[in-house]
Amino acid sequence: MENLERVLSEHPFFAGLQPEYIKLLVGCASNVAFKPGEFILREGEPAESFYLIRHGKVMIETFVAGKGSIMIRTREAGEILGWSWLVPPYKWHFDARALEVTRAIALDGKCLRGKCDEDYRLGYEIMKRFNAIIAERLEATRLQLMDIYGDHV
Amino acid sequence: MATMSDSKTNEINLTEPMITRPFRVNRAIKDTHDTFSLELTPSGNSNKFDFAPGQFNMLYVFGVGEVPISISGDPAKQSKLVHTTRAVGNVTKAMNKLKAGDTLGVRGPFGTAWPVKEAEGEDVVLVAGGIGLAPLRPVIYHLLANRGQYGKIALLYGARTPEDILFQKTLEKWRSRFDFEMYITVDRATGNWKGNVGVVTQLIPRSPFDPLNCVAMICGPEIMMRFTVLELEKRGVTTNKIYVSMERNMKCGIGLCGHCQLGRTFICKDGAVYPYSQIADLFTKREL
Repeated sequence: MENLERVLSEHPFFAGLQPEYIKLLVGCASNVAFKPGEFILREGEPAESFYLIRHGKVMIETFVAGKGSIMIRTREAGEILGWSWLVPPYKWHFDARALEVTRAIALDGKCLRGKCDEDYRLGYEIMKRFNAIIAERLEATRLQLMDIYGDHV
Repeated sequence: MATMSDSKTNEINLTEPMITRPFRVNRAIKDTHDTFSLELTPSGNSNKFDFAPGQFNMLYVFGVGEVPISISGDPAKQSKLVHTTRAVGNVTKAMNKLKAGDTLGVRGPFGTAWPVKEAEGEDVVLVAGGIGLAPLRPVIYHLLANRGQYGKIALLYGARTPEDILFQKTLEKWRSRFDFEMYITVDRATGNWKGNVGVVTQLIPRSPFDPLNCVAMICGPEIMMRFTVLELEKRGVTTNKIYVSMERNMKCGIGLCGHCQLGRTFICKDGAVYPYSQIADLFTKREL
């Protein structure tokens, strides 16, 4: 537990979060590892947790019949994977697959939602952090959509 | 910190800037499905061509027309002048058909250079998007040839797809070095790609450079440069240490014809490389 507490507090996602909240989050956290090629999330399945990636690389992708996997984005150490656990109906919208040996801390979404409902300050801290991530991903997605290296831009 | 005039090394130092010199095509290299490089050698008495990283030449396909193309080769190899471009217009499409032994007209070099001198003692972060890697390649050659003069060197390169990645053999060689950090990402990928997917700006937070002691050089589409500057600023890099390479319709190369005017500046002679702080206000003006 002490080890998980240290890992959580050292992850950039929780930078600046009060130690008492870190202690609280440990109750929702577990250490996980994935082999290369192993699916971490599957589209349509319940989004029950999110992951603080500590080591390795993960590909977020989707599948198109006849075309195979379409790669959307990679996530690496220091980043987080998954925010569908925050938004009803709590289902994954994309697949995520480990590209290499990936170690992460999984945070149980239901457990975390419960703690956020009990303590709005914690909820606000978590929301602020996810807000920044969602805004950054929206901006990146817009840039990707613009196809800025194409002839037309 | 360098000013715009400090970073100029070759401002119209030519006696006859409008006269085209004939160069022979030594090698035509197909880099990707739509980009190619031409390796040129001067015809006539002098077989040397001196330029600074970041400068460009006006290349003339006889009977077709003239276009500005950045120099993409090693500045230390003066007898081998390399340009890389994409076949998009009439002139570059005609250029793409040239073969070894053909002749091409060259005027230049023109424009300002990347601040390789000012960057000595600092970390250097190079952010390239698409074909923007070509004008940065001479900088990398220079930095690696003078490796002891610089702190960490990081190249962040974004391409459209894995097939659009330029200079793949050169990149592989650089990747094997222990004193050079390289991160590549593509906007979209399918198949067996195991590298990064996402826009190049997302590489900035994870890249190992000291934002307080670094010089950033950015080359790519203007929109990519705008967002890259924002991300570098978020990391703590000050705008007077960020350099960008601008592109407009350059014609004469010496600031006379006005085709490349950007507000108060002419890109062919005051640029193409600018300290971002000097043109920040022009960067987001729709009217220019």
